[in-house]
Amino acid sequence: MNEQQPLVLVVEDEAPQRKFIRASLTSHGYRMVEAERASEVAMLVTSHNPALILMDLGLPDGDGLELTVQLRQWSRIPIIVISARGRESDKVAALDAGADDYLTKPFGVNELLARMRVALRHAGGEAAGAISTQTLEFSNLKLDLGRRIVTIEGTEVHLTPTEYKLLVLLARNAGKVLTHRQIVTDVWGPSYSMEIHNVRVHMAELRRKIDGNRARPKLIVTEPGVGYRLRDRG
Amino acid sequence: MNELQPRPDPDVLLRRLKQDEARASRGQLKIFLGFAPGVGKTYRMLQVARDLVADQTLDVVVGIVETHRRRETAAMTLGLELLARRKLEYRGQVIEEFDLDAALARKPKVILVDELAHTNTIGARHPKRWQDVEELLGAGIDVYTTMNVQHVESLNDVITQITHIQVRETVPDSVLDSANAVELVDIAPEELLARLREGKVYLPEQAKIAAEHFFQRGNLLALRELALRRTAQHVDDDVLAYREEHGLSANVPAGERILVCVGPAPSSAHLIRETARLAGGLRCPWVAAYVDATALASVSEGDRERLETHLRLAESLGATVVRLSGSRVADALIDCARRKNASRIVIGKPTHSRFRDRLHGSLLDEIVRGSGDISVQVISGESRPSAADRRDAPQEATKFTQYLSSMALVAVTLSVAWFLRNSLAIPDPEMLFLLTVMITAVWFGRGPSLFSAGLGIAAYDFFFVPPYLTFAVADRRYVLTFGMMFAVAFVLSELAARVKRQERDARAREERTAVLYSLSRDLASADTPARIAEVAARHAADVFAASAVVLVTNSDAPLVAIGASPANALLDSKEMVVAHWALEHLRLAGTGTDNLPGSSSICAPLHLGPTPLGVMALLPRIRQPLRLEQRAFLDAFCRQVAAALERSRLAEEARAATLRVKTEEMRSSLLSAVSHDLRTPLASITGAATSLRDDSALEPLTRFELVTSICDEADRMERLVSNLLDMMRLESGALVLKRDWIPIDELVSSATVRLEMRLLDRLLQVDIPSDIPMVLVDPVLFEQVFVNLLENACKYTPPQSPLEIGATSDAHAVVVDIRDHGPGLPVGSENKVFEKFYRCPTGGRSCGTAGAGLGLAICRGIAEAHGGSIWAENAATGGVTFHVSVPIGGEPPPVTDAEGVSL
Repeated sequence: MNEQQPLVLVVEDEAPQRKFIRASLTSHGYRMVEAERASEVAMLVTSHNPALILMDLGLPDGDGLELTVQLRQWSRIPIIVISARGRESDKVAALDAGADDYLTKPFGVNELLARMRVALRHAGGEAAGAISTQTLEFSNLKLDLGRRIVTIEGTEVHLTPTEYKLLVLLARNAGKVLTHRQIVTDVWGPSYSMEIHNVRVHMAELRRKIDGNRARPKLIVTEPGVGYRLRDRG
Repeated sequence: MNELQPRPDPDVLLRRLKQDEARASRGQLKIFLGFAPGVGKTYRMLQVARDLVADQTLDVVVGIVETHRRRETAAMTLGLELLARRKLEYRGQVIEEFDLDAALARKPKVILVDELAHTNTIGARHPKRWQDVEELLGAGIDVYTTMNVQHVESLNDVITQITHIQVRETVPDSVLDSANAVELVDIAPEELLARLREGKVYLPEQAKIAAEHFFQRGNLLALRELALRRTAQHVDDDVLAYREEHGLSANVPAGERILVCVGPAPSSAHLIRETARLAGGLRCPWVAAYVDATALASVSEGDRERLETHLRLAESLGATVVRLSGSRVADALIDCARRKNASRIVIGKPTHSRFRDRLHGSLLDEIVRGSGDISVQVISGESRPSAADRRDAPQEATKFTQYLSSMALVAVTLSVAWFLRNSLAIPDPEMLFLLTVMITAVWFGRGPSLFSAGLGIAAYDFFFVPPYLTFAVADRRYVLTFGMMFAVAFVLSELAARVKRQERDARAREERTAVLYSLSRDLASADTPARIAEVAARHAADVFAASAVVLVTNSDAPLVAIGASPANALLDSKEMVVAHWALEHLRLAGTGTDNLPGSSSICAPLHLGPTPLGVMALLPRIRQPLRLEQRAFLDAFCRQVAAALERSRLAEEARAATLRVKTEEMRSSLLSAVSHDLRTPLASITGAATSLRDDSALEPLTRFELVTSICDEADRMERLVSNLLDMMRLESGALVLKRDWIPIDELVSSATVRLEMRLLDRLLQVDIPSDIPMVLVDPVLFEQVFVNLLENACKYTPPQSPLEIGATSDAHAVVVDIRDHGPGLPVGSENKVFEKFYRCPTGGRSCGTAGAGLGLAICRGIAEAHGGSIWAENAATGGVTFHVSVPIGGEPPPVTDAEGVSL
């Protein structure tokens, strides 16, 4: 039983925060290891092999961002950054450094659990090669990857190749924030210059086609200054 | 009886108060006055000092005492603290001088400084010792000093008359008058002569020579009388002051004021001294006036110098110096006398011939006739002017070539006349020569014109006047012709010279006016002290043919150079001392002045009132003292600069004050916001949380409500904190816009997503046409504008009322409208809502959950940072429309798809 419960490493120096996270996680079926300092992290990761890391950025003996970069050199364990640094540049830096998600303090428990689920699912999916699934579904949107057909409530929607690429990228990472850089690298190619307005214009077009109500986009959410996320209600 | 006693004049009282104030900080001056060397002044001074030390244990230091190797006197200094003398090298000799700096540093209660009239060696700070004493007094040190009556400035010429010895070292009367105490050291002349014979006065070998010239009984008696009188006058002044102080009427004719007419004539000096004595006797102010009537009189360099000496003398004797200009001397003087309220005019006896009066009109006569009720006092012009004084004004350098040219002109005329002699009637050659004389007069001036007149007459006589080819003249008539030619030469050359002089003066005046004008114009456009200093330095360098440095005082340092011309000009440490001195004493210092004349710079203080603002330092390319008119000009110049500096300082202060007030307002608003708006949600949270913790008997529904309220209040706090942070970011000035091209839709949609939960019950309609162009903005900041506007709408409109978002665009800007259907803004507050910490008054919109009043202020800050604007208007059908205008920001970049193909 215990073995099936995912183990989460919480790197956080503030005791009240750890307490709150511990309470939430244990009551939702997670096991937890705690680290207060950056120096403990590498050892704990190797000895416990956690399924997920919650990482605070401002640690007394180091910066969570550097720690993320270091971890990414040898580990694919999903990392969710939890930080009081709410500036967009901080978020982009963390995501580009390899973090899977970013939560700004204060945050609610539900939000945290949802992000954790997404991160764990992606990690699990990647490991199992589940991304080759032929169809993806998000509320009324259906993507048939094999036939390259996109339908909304059964009606086919015509997308340009760029829009299709964008949508697939978002869908494969559903629930995860993708930074502008990540999107440009993936869709336009790594050598392409960072002209974000390209992404914006195509994204706006894509939204017009798949998000019916312009006032309240249901699927594609803009993270201002950071990137985009496909809402994953599943 | 009491009613008749006049009350003290308030002005007098005020003046006395000021004097008392000045007196309190100023040291006391005691002068031991003697009528001749050897009366025992120094001895008496030392005696008093010893008593001070013995009886009152005061801190007394001997600054400098000349014992003249008199044993008794030297003995008196024993037991007193002696200040080390400063050694100065002058022409290979080491001269010991009073060390002013050491005295100031030592700062005793009382200092003894012998020989007030002493002239300091070059290299000392001041040329005169009395100036050292002034500085000591200014520093609050009491000074005891000695002087002989023949050194009193106003008595100088009288004493020269009596003793036939010119005394060069003088002390201004004002120093003596300002002394708090004057003690006369007096012995009978016989006794003094006896002491002299005994060798107690000077060294034996000097005694004889001195006695012959000076120590004659008659001299000594006269000098003694003068000394007694001068002391009596001082006592008189004290009595007067006492009477004034105690409300007793002063026995002085009210409003007496004397005006003395000063000119360049050597006799003016005497006139000035006489007037000073007269004014001293009457205890009234006096004015020395000079009429700058260059239009009438020729003023040579020598005259100018003498005039300046006279005006300086008048100033040092306590006169107010005025320079007048006018074409008629008498009118200008009488006008000035009336303006200054003078009760009498003092003028010198004319020394010139009556003939000149006939010619030019008599100044004395005109003044007497025009003065009306002002009395006129005519004083002997007097004094045997020395030969040096009498010397004529040096003519303008007449070059040898001018004489040669005149000679050539005469030769040409002669040859022309000779060739035409047959066709000319007799008076014609005469006319030709006259023409030559006129030309030389106008071109070359007096000397060459008289020379050409002589040559011309000789040639004319020789060749054209019978008997021919001799210098003899047959007809007497020709003598008149010759005389005429000389007269024409003289008059014309004089006229021409005068015109030239006037032209030169006018040009100089005009230049000065032009300089001041252009200076004031440039200063008007300079707004910072640095700019002002730069402008001032540039102009000063131009006008005074010098390198100029402008230094100002600021909070960091007493003097900092902030402008220089040429830009690399700077003052070395020695010149900085001069600048500091000028700043501290608000007086001109440096070369050619009375203060620190040994330096190579001229430092003029920049000040309007008693507060020094800075110093203008000039390093002249040619070291020569400034003429009085240049000084006056420098003064006017510095005043303008000071005014500009003062103006910028005041403006700066006003700015700072406004900023302080604003900051203060902001701080208090912030405090109230923080204390109230943070505490309220905290109180709810604490309350709810403690009930949850302590009260186990709560209904599940109540528990749920409490928990919900904790979440809501935490939410509210979070919004407030992030608003405060945003505001700080905007106001810190460190805001850097990270602009990016972005479609308006995306901004709006990301805002609506962020507010998803709050907008759930609203009917939100977004109508943004697809042809609205992209805008170049900071996406994060601009999204905040829409978030705040929508949040605001949610807060102030009834639940479930609809919201509409629309957009329009023109070539330059996109305008987004956010319209609600609430109660609208109170009339007149459409602009105020964007002010920081503004909260709508109760009664207008329903203020359910009042915020800190920052949301809309942040919107405006962001919109304005982008060069856009934001405004609100009440719609006629109800509700408010907020308009946000965003400049498009140029040509949007091309868009490419994933294959790199442009769309």
